[in-house]
Amino acid sequence: MSIDVKAAEASPVRKYLPLVGVAIIVLYCLAPFYWMVVSAFRRPLDQFDNSLIPAPFSLDNLQAVFGEGVGFGRALLNSLIVAGVTTVLTLIVGLVAAYTLARLEFRFKNVVLAIIITTSMFPGISLVIPLLKLFIDIKWINTYQAMIVPSLSFALPLAVWTLTTFFRQMPRELEQAAMVDGCTPAQAFYKVILPLAAPGVFTTAIITFIAAWNEFLIALSMVNKSSIQTANVAISKFQGSSGFDQPFGTQMAAGVVVTIPLVIAVLIFQRRIVAGLTAGGVK
Amino acid sequence: MSASALPAKTGKVKRQTTFDEGTGKLAALLLSPTLLVLALVVVYPIISALRESLYTSGTQVDADGFVVEGSQFVGLDNFTAIFSGETGERFWNAFYNTTFFTVTCVALETVLGVAMALVMHKAFKGRGIVRASILVPWAIPTVVSALLWKWIFQADGIANALLGQQILWSTEGWQSVLSVIVADTWKTAPFIGLLVLAGLQTIPEDVYEAAKVDGANPWQTFVRITLPLVKPALLVAVLFRILDTLRIFDLPFVLVGANKNSVETLSMLAYDEASRTRYGPASAYATILFLYVAVVAYAFVKLLGADILGDRVQKKSKNGKNGKNGKNGRKQDRDTSLDGAVTTSMAGSASGGGGVG
Repeated sequence: MSIDVKAAEASPVRKYLPLVGVAIIVLYCLAPFYWMVVSAFRRPLDQFDNSLIPAPFSLDNLQAVFGEGVGFGRALLNSLIVAGVTTVLTLIVGLVAAYTLARLEFRFKNVVLAIIITTSMFPGISLVIPLLKLFIDIKWINTYQAMIVPSLSFALPLAVWTLTTFFRQMPRELEQAAMVDGCTPAQAFYKVILPLAAPGVFTTAIITFIAAWNEFLIALSMVNKSSIQTANVAISKFQGSSGFDQPFGTQMAAGVVVTIPLVIAVLIFQRRIVAGLTAGGVK
Repeated sequence: MSASALPAKTGKVKRQTTFDEGTGKLAALLLSPTLLVLALVVVYPIISALRESLYTSGTQVDADGFVVEGSQFVGLDNFTAIFSGETGERFWNAFYNTTFFTVTCVALETVLGVAMALVMHKAFKGRGIVRASILVPWAIPTVVSALLWKWIFQADGIANALLGQQILWSTEGWQSVLSVIVADTWKTAPFIGLLVLAGLQTIPEDVYEAAKVDGANPWQTFVRITLPLVKPALLVAVLFRILDTLRIFDLPFVLVGANKNSVETLSMLAYDEASRTRYGPASAYATILFLYVAVVAYAFVKLLGADILGDRVQKKSKNGKNGKNGKNGRKQDRDTSLDGAVTTSMAGSASGGGGVG
């Protein structure tokens, strides 16, 4: 509100300067993305055209992405399976831990919290190499679990932290009331807390899913068969059908296909995602 | 003691007592799945990498490309080999690249991010649009953004068209380094902006009014008030960005390519060795990277802890007038914002990161 007053007092330059700044930020964030979308809708012929709008609008690149022999649909499905299962497993395991950390008082709580954050800091490559050797030994290479299990190394700490912050924001009286009415702590958790925490859980699920969907190193290392690779790996290895040295048109189209669901989710749930990302920071 | 029986029993006993009593065992039980998973996917690999780095096995490979039993213990040979001769050159180059990317990218991203946050904080119109567009680079998979920038930096691409130059980006040399920096900054600077914005919004307006009454100019206000108050959140965000850039993998790997001297990072080097089934040296590289990350994290946390303390003391003496519930109130603010920042930047690192892990 006080900003309102200030804006009214200020000179036109000061009033419009922030709006110009906002325009620059939006342009900075969206221009490269826009370029990808535009490039995806050019004809393969006009691939190197630099006009801002695809002159003859074309779906050729998109068709090429889903063309036979490319197997991109399968790759998308693989990504969906890997990211989906990772998210579900993470939530099941993480919910209990997060609730415990948010509500119970015990001696090594801060140590446990510290350990959990620390695990998310380890470089992926130093986890991937030994796991790769292990998975070769137990014949897990080219399986979904070879991608899902290592993905838990970053998804789980992330989810536990976000969920802990959400649970902390919920008043303790909720469980106490439930227990006065005769619930056990476990019942209080799943009958009262869980339904009320649903928005927070949902937010955590989105963030975890996006993180798992964007994962590359694990998927690249654990799989060498194209029928089981994820969309990210598939795109990076795209040969395309147009016969170019670098099939950029098809790659851009594939990039759009991989990204659009995420962008839509971000647009719909932006408030919620920001709340999840900055939970605790904003009151 | 079966896992399912215990919580039920504890629950029944605790019905009459308060919720918080005797919870050590229960907590251990409830936390065990998470800790077990993390032990399996994080602790075991780290230890096993340490062990592996003392062995060599790369030479024995059967027809299917699988490693044959019988790796040999070579002690620290893998490590000494890293620091000498041609491998030494390659290692130091990767080490330098990793460090250079980290310093440059994080510095740029922090400055840009703070600037963005200040703009967004001032502009009360269009905040929803800004927030949504800021999340777009964050949500795009790193691989896709690497390809996207590769396309922009193409020989006849839009970057050269706009610059009126014929620069061969993403091939080798300084220009490929620059292209990686540009791409990384694009993806994460807005995200730091988002974090800092969240920090800015926790600063009460009356602090600024007091500064105005005292006759502070905008720069003084920024340096003396805004910066110290968002500092805890900002420092944690910066820490996570640093750790994230130290393990950068997908961006240079896809944008420029493997085996490119000018952008090869430690993660890429270790990956390259592993993909040739030379697990011993690969583990040695990974172990060095792990130690590097650990040292940086430790040093930073030490620094951060010291800073927060010093900052707090300073503040107490400075705005003593504001301190009705001074210490505690402010301390709590700080802690929560720190929590938030940690959560946030973890999310950022998990999705935006070079090598996620």
